[in-house]
Amino acid sequence: MKYAYYPGCSLECSSAAYDVSVRAVAELLGIELKELDDWNCCGATEYFSQDELTASSVIARNLALVEPDLNQLVAPCAACYLNLKKVDHLMGEHADLSAKINQALAAGGLRYQAGRVRVRHLLDVIHTDIGEQAIRDKVVRPLTGLRVAPYYGCQVVRPYNGFDDPEQPVKLDELFTWLGAEVVDYPVKTHCCGGHMTQISEPQAFELHRRLLQNAVEYEADMILCMCPMCQLNLDAYQNRVNGLFNTHFKMPIVFFTQMLGIAFGIEPKKLGFGKEIVAAEPVIRAKLAPATQPSA
Amino acid sequence: MAEKVGIYVCHCGSNIANMVDVEEVARWAGAHLKDVAVSRDYKFMCSSLGQQMIEDDIKNEGLTRVVVAACSPHLHEKTFRRACQNAGMNPYLFHMANIREHVSWVCEDKEAGTRKAKALVAAAAERVKRQQPLTPQTVQVNPTTLVVGGGIAGLQATLELADAGYKVVLVEREPSIGGHMAQFDKTFPTLDCSACILTPKMSEVGQHENVTMLTYSELEEVSGSVGNFKVKIRKRARYVDEDKCTGCGICTEKCPRKVVDDVFEAGMGNRKAIYSPFPQAVPRIPVIDVDACIWFERQKCRACEKLCPTDAIDFEQQDEIVELEVGNIILATGWKMFDCRKVSQYGYGRLPNVFTSLEFERLCNAAGPTGGKIVLRDGKTEPESVAIIHCVGSRDLNHNSYCSNTCCMAALKFGHLVLEKTNARVYSCYIDMRTNQKEYEEFYQRLLGEGMQFIRGKVAEVTDAARLPAEAGKLIVQLEDTLLGKQRRIPVDMVVLMGAQEPQADSREMGLKCGISCSMAGWYTERHPKLDPVATMTDGIFVAGVCQGPKDIPASVAQGAAAAARVQGMIAKGTVTIEPIVATIDEERCSGCRICNDLCPFNAIEFDEEREVSHVVTALCKGCGTCVAACPANVISGAHFNNDQIYAEIHGALWDALGDDGSAGQASPEPVESAT
Repeated sequence: MKYAYYPGCSLECSSAAYDVSVRAVAELLGIELKELDDWNCCGATEYFSQDELTASSVIARNLALVEPDLNQLVAPCAACYLNLKKVDHLMGEHADLSAKINQALAAGGLRYQAGRVRVRHLLDVIHTDIGEQAIRDKVVRPLTGLRVAPYYGCQVVRPYNGFDDPEQPVKLDELFTWLGAEVVDYPVKTHCCGGHMTQISEPQAFELHRRLLQNAVEYEADMILCMCPMCQLNLDAYQNRVNGLFNTHFKMPIVFFTQMLGIAFGIEPKKLGFGKEIVAAEPVIRAKLAPATQPSA
Repeated sequence: MAEKVGIYVCHCGSNIANMVDVEEVARWAGAHLKDVAVSRDYKFMCSSLGQQMIEDDIKNEGLTRVVVAACSPHLHEKTFRRACQNAGMNPYLFHMANIREHVSWVCEDKEAGTRKAKALVAAAAERVKRQQPLTPQTVQVNPTTLVVGGGIAGLQATLELADAGYKVVLVEREPSIGGHMAQFDKTFPTLDCSACILTPKMSEVGQHENVTMLTYSELEEVSGSVGNFKVKIRKRARYVDEDKCTGCGICTEKCPRKVVDDVFEAGMGNRKAIYSPFPQAVPRIPVIDVDACIWFERQKCRACEKLCPTDAIDFEQQDEIVELEVGNIILATGWKMFDCRKVSQYGYGRLPNVFTSLEFERLCNAAGPTGGKIVLRDGKTEPESVAIIHCVGSRDLNHNSYCSNTCCMAALKFGHLVLEKTNARVYSCYIDMRTNQKEYEEFYQRLLGEGMQFIRGKVAEVTDAARLPAEAGKLIVQLEDTLLGKQRRIPVDMVVLMGAQEPQADSREMGLKCGISCSMAGWYTERHPKLDPVATMTDGIFVAGVCQGPKDIPASVAQGAAAAARVQGMIAKGTVTIEPIVATIDEERCSGCRICNDLCPFNAIEFDEEREVSHVVTALCKGCGTCVAACPANVISGAHFNNDQIYAEIHGALWDALGDDGSAGQASPEPVESAT
């Protein structure tokens, strides 16, 4: 199965672990990801509040770059996924906006027709297109005994809930059940991580982080699984600051779901970007999981 | 001799005149349409003065055809047909052009509206000249009535008819009649006990000499038409002989298999494999649930059979098809509860102490699984605080956009019961408080006085994720209090979800069987929402209770009685006239191919084996026209809708496209060569 691939800026640097684990897992599952040639930033959440038309045009350029023989675009980052989906949706709804965007794209010799590209989140592709049996077949190191807390955050399931329940999503839960993990059904799995609030008001942001970490601890999770670079960064990089502010003792590894998928498939941790996280995940993995029974296929 | 057509264009007050230049249409029709003798406009054509005008013109001007351009024929076709008849004209020489629903109410441009109205009037004028006089058929009305559904609406309808001396067949799907009302504890706003007011009606129905009760049965098939329906009812096997059973209950007592009762107890209690849903069930004859029974599972047990003192248990019993003839049918098929799991953020099914309103009814009920004690899911702890969430699945565009009508009052009733039976605080989280029937607002005032807490806002989430020490171990209801303009988190022990009333899962299927339609939401469509709320577009089929739309007990009872009154009117008159709009087959030219036989949705075409031709049974034909269109030899004609009339109508409608100078005179169609 072949898809166009839009890594987004975060995956180039702060979330490099996401990018390498996505590519490693995709290869193993036979998901061919063709990176867009000369893609640009999606503008994250900020650009839209500045200038909707420019923001949309910048994003539409990425959609227009999808090669004609492909009609699905995979974005692992939650913000990129939402932005791409949003612009495709807006262009379909508003002919005048679509015309203006295409006028801008024409300057670069590009054009985009709403609906031509189906924007998919990687979780959707793995869960739906690959499916339960193929995933189970690939597991060589079951995650038995590991308690994982799937964290969906805001943007993947809302507002464009194409593939999961927006209020009580379950697809990541199901995926990790297939891997043999004990999935923690904790109530805050769709609550906000604060996004860029750390840049505006740290106490506000840290309170949101504390709630998430606290709840995961109460449900005795060994680690939190993320599918968004922002969520991962917030909970991981600021965990010590949260501990300082609230006098807590969180030591919760925050990893990308693809990293643990890779572990279950028997891929070596260093090929999955482990070691880049601030709260180390590998000690927990070693303590909880038996070594791989057979090498990766 | 040329026909003399009268054209009457109605203003409908301003309903039509606002978007159609009515005077211009009338003037134009008089000047341009062929064979038009009189053309007038009038403020209200349906008024007695308007009708008088038509009658006078028929007599004085010698009109032979009449066209009224006004509202939908559903509304006033009968009115104008009667006026024509009064003046001595055959009523089927009248035609109605709908320039209100089809023009003024849907147009935004007066000029375009006027043009369209002219086209419809021209079409009607061309068609009416080719209409033929017809005579309606009169048939006897079978005085027996079928009532489908034994809830409070069906029971009321049954009793009204039976007490008036007419035979009623009552069909109920469950083992007992009683419906949802039998599950409730108290009824608002008077707080009288639901069972106390319902069970007397149930036993009255059960014992009534004019009522034949078929419980554990379902309506399978309906054929025929008003006055003379033939119905097939599947009487499911109870595995208990109804004639022998005395309802002593020993079988239920001794049955070793206990299962959760998802229907009557809403999952809150258990029942046996052989059971009656509740002690006051009517009839008192139990049924064996084959999915639960040990005998059906592994051919062991038969304890009930061994212990039955009257040998009433019959494991060999089979479903039975009962065929009946009835004159009218009342559908009172009720509702089902919205699946509260769908609003996943409220945690039903995930958080144990989130209850549905139906579950809570069973908790409150003195005959329920807790003996009327309001306790948490553990079966013993009394809550210290309860939050009642309104509008779960109703007034929510993700689920049902309608208001379920009953939940605000039921929530107030629950609030009262919590305050009466426990020491708990009770919160109502509402969007709008809708208490708009007799003594309902007073009940709301009473609860305000009793100390129920009211918070206006749509609940965002029910969670067990505590943030503060006071929230530990509680369910937290998060909502914006829109009166304070603040987010609130309310820790409670118990949450009750006021789930929406929804149409029965098979309501569309049942509607199809009876030839009536449903709204988008699935409620049965009444003939007129204001003026004819219990009749349907199919003569002889009536609806009552929640199957027509969400409503409470008083409204359901009123509709049950209203439907019965309508049926009594039909029976008292004794006969009913049937539209003469039926198909006829030219038997001389019929090749006997039988294509029409299978296509007829009403089984109204029979094949004469001897003469090898098909013919239409007029009493069964509804004039749908399917056979007319399908006949390869073109020898079936539909009265009032023959090819000649329809082609003329099309030619008329295209007056401006066909005529050189835009006049219908030029465009007037030549009579079309056709088999009819």
